[in-house]
Amino acid sequence: SASAAARSVRVARSGAAVRPGGRLVACAAVATKADAPASEAASKSEGHEVLLFEALREGLMEEMQADPTVCVFGEDVGHYGGSYKVTKGLADMFGDLRVLDTPIAENSFTGMGVGAGMKGLRPVVEGMNMGFLLLAYNQISNNCGMLHYTSGGQFKIPLVIRGPGGVGRQLGAEHSQRLESYFQSIPGLQMVACSTPYNAKGLMKAAIRSENPVVLFEHVLLYNLKEKIPDEEYTLCLEEAEMVRPGEHVTILTYSRMRYHVMQAAKTLVNKGYDPEVIDIRSLKPFDLHTIGNSIKKTHRVLIVEECMRTGGIGASLRSAIIDNFWDYLDAPIMCLSSQDVPTPYAATLEDATVVQPAQIVAAVEQICQ
Amino acid sequence: PPRPASAPPPPGTLASQPAMAAAMLLRRLPAARPPLMAATRLISDSTAPLTIETSMPFTAHIVDPPSRDVATTPAELVAFFHDMSLMRRMEIAADSLYKAKLIRGFCHLYDGQEAVCAGMEAAITRKDSIITAYRDHCIFLSRGGDLVTAFAELMGRQVGCSRGKGGSMHFYKKDANFYGGHGIVGAQVPLGCGLAFAQKYRKEDTVSFSLYGDGAANQGQLFEALNISALWKLPAILVCENNHYGMGTAEWRAAKSPSYYKRGDYVPGLKVI
Repeated sequence: SASAAARSVRVARSGAAVRPGGRLVACAAVATKADAPASEAASKSEGHEVLLFEALREGLMEEMQADPTVCVFGEDVGHYGGSYKVTKGLADMFGDLRVLDTPIAENSFTGMGVGAGMKGLRPVVEGMNMGFLLLAYNQISNNCGMLHYTSGGQFKIPLVIRGPGGVGRQLGAEHSQRLESYFQSIPGLQMVACSTPYNAKGLMKAAIRSENPVVLFEHVLLYNLKEKIPDEEYTLCLEEAEMVRPGEHVTILTYSRMRYHVMQAAKTLVNKGYDPEVIDIRSLKPFDLHTIGNSIKKTHRVLIVEECMRTGGIGASLRSAIIDNFWDYLDAPIMCLSSQDVPTPYAATLEDATVVQPAQIVAAVEQICQ
Repeated sequence: PPRPASAPPPPGTLASQPAMAAAMLLRRLPAARPPLMAATRLISDSTAPLTIETSMPFTAHIVDPPSRDVATTPAELVAFFHDMSLMRRMEIAADSLYKAKLIRGFCHLYDGQEAVCAGMEAAITRKDSIITAYRDHCIFLSRGGDLVTAFAELMGRQVGCSRGKGGSMHFYKKDANFYGGHGIVGAQVPLGCGLAFAQKYRKEDTVSFSLYGDGAANQGQLFEALNISALWKLPAILVCENNHYGMGTAEWRAAKSPSYYKRGDYVPGLKVI
């Protein structure tokens, strides 16, 4: 629809993001390197450059300034400044009652966040690593997700549960988990995954403002991405997918860190003469079937690239949803590239082998487009 | 008079067996009696002050126990008796309905524990918060809930307190600061400490009561929540309703220490009875 096009950010060939009307808003995020050349477009545009964790902090800070009921619960979020610096400086700004250092007790502090939400506050609960929130699974599922329903609508739980997850650099199996696949079945819970500084800030703000409980998935390896974001205030739609690269031959659906593996593969594919359309689905629950459907109606071929496990992953659900809704538009079976169903190994070579690599993405597109 | 089985049901009546069973059950329950007249010898509605000594002394843990002398009035005592009797009758009726399969799923009854919520309500206001686990029917009543809403919820009807979507274990009354009604043993205690956090955050000058049983007393999250509440000085009171059974297992087989009032360690505790 026109409104969706107006809101989604088109990516032009140079890698800079352009809003309809031609005003340059943000550049495609690139990993911070000392010798990375600033693009010509970036130096001419308004806005300010931030790293992804700073964008998250800006969003959180703005919402805390605007609404006194927003508070933060988490380990090391206060005096330490946050293990990934997302909450750095916030304790000094807002005090110890709004930025709360919790003991290492995920089950109870998540439950306390839910209780505070029942009584009208808007807590942001941080898991130092998303994997630790498995200890709070009961609170997230039964209380956070379901209380609105079981109370017949009496209580709302406007919680934001956030934290870094995903496969990092040799963090070991227990610190490399992808909880989006575990949480996706919980009724009542909404899930989004950020991947750029621009969408990180927008999604953080939207999640805090939402009356629903929202899980915001961040990725350990993306916190240092740098991008120019607008100076003026903005939020993003939680349920909307992001068009990263329009194309004609195949729809590649991805999210979080795999977006960058896909874009790397896209360079190779373009050189080989393919024209992939890349969509960052962002909204893991519910899926933006509108944007996804329009893409499938155009390209008729789908590749899903995800970091979570093959079994019971987001890709599995997405595949089902596409088959249910867009079967007649498909010219080829849907392919899904996921991580191996194994605990993430420590050794770097083995770890790389368990996640999807750009070469595999290229091979998959070649196979689909045969 | 019973209709012959072959006759069609009269228009407007249900032909199903459960409906007829329910109707017969209701006919058997005695009608509510009108309040007794003040002139009756045996029961007084006097509001003259009365001091009663509690039957047992309190046992205290790192706190001075309150006085055993309680100021009350005959009228208040009669009200307690009325409320507790109502609760008892409600629970026994719920038991019968459950056995008649008109209440399905789980039905955890509070008969025998009525004094806990009746006594609590006498000392607090509706601005204070209460949260409990699944033995919640009577607390709903003591927070101002009515019988029809309660039974409607138990029987899955739309006029139930949770619109029939919660059932026995999910009674809530937001306007009376009653936060439920929770199925998972122990999970309500962190929630309750979260309520206390919100009270402190908003400077409300009220307290939160988190009720739990001797079974939940062995849950780790209880100690976690207690630690955080003590650290952050939250207005949280944890109330252990010890009925000596955690599900089907006797207390002495589940708990190394039955002194639940002492388990707070650095947190003051009181053994009431």
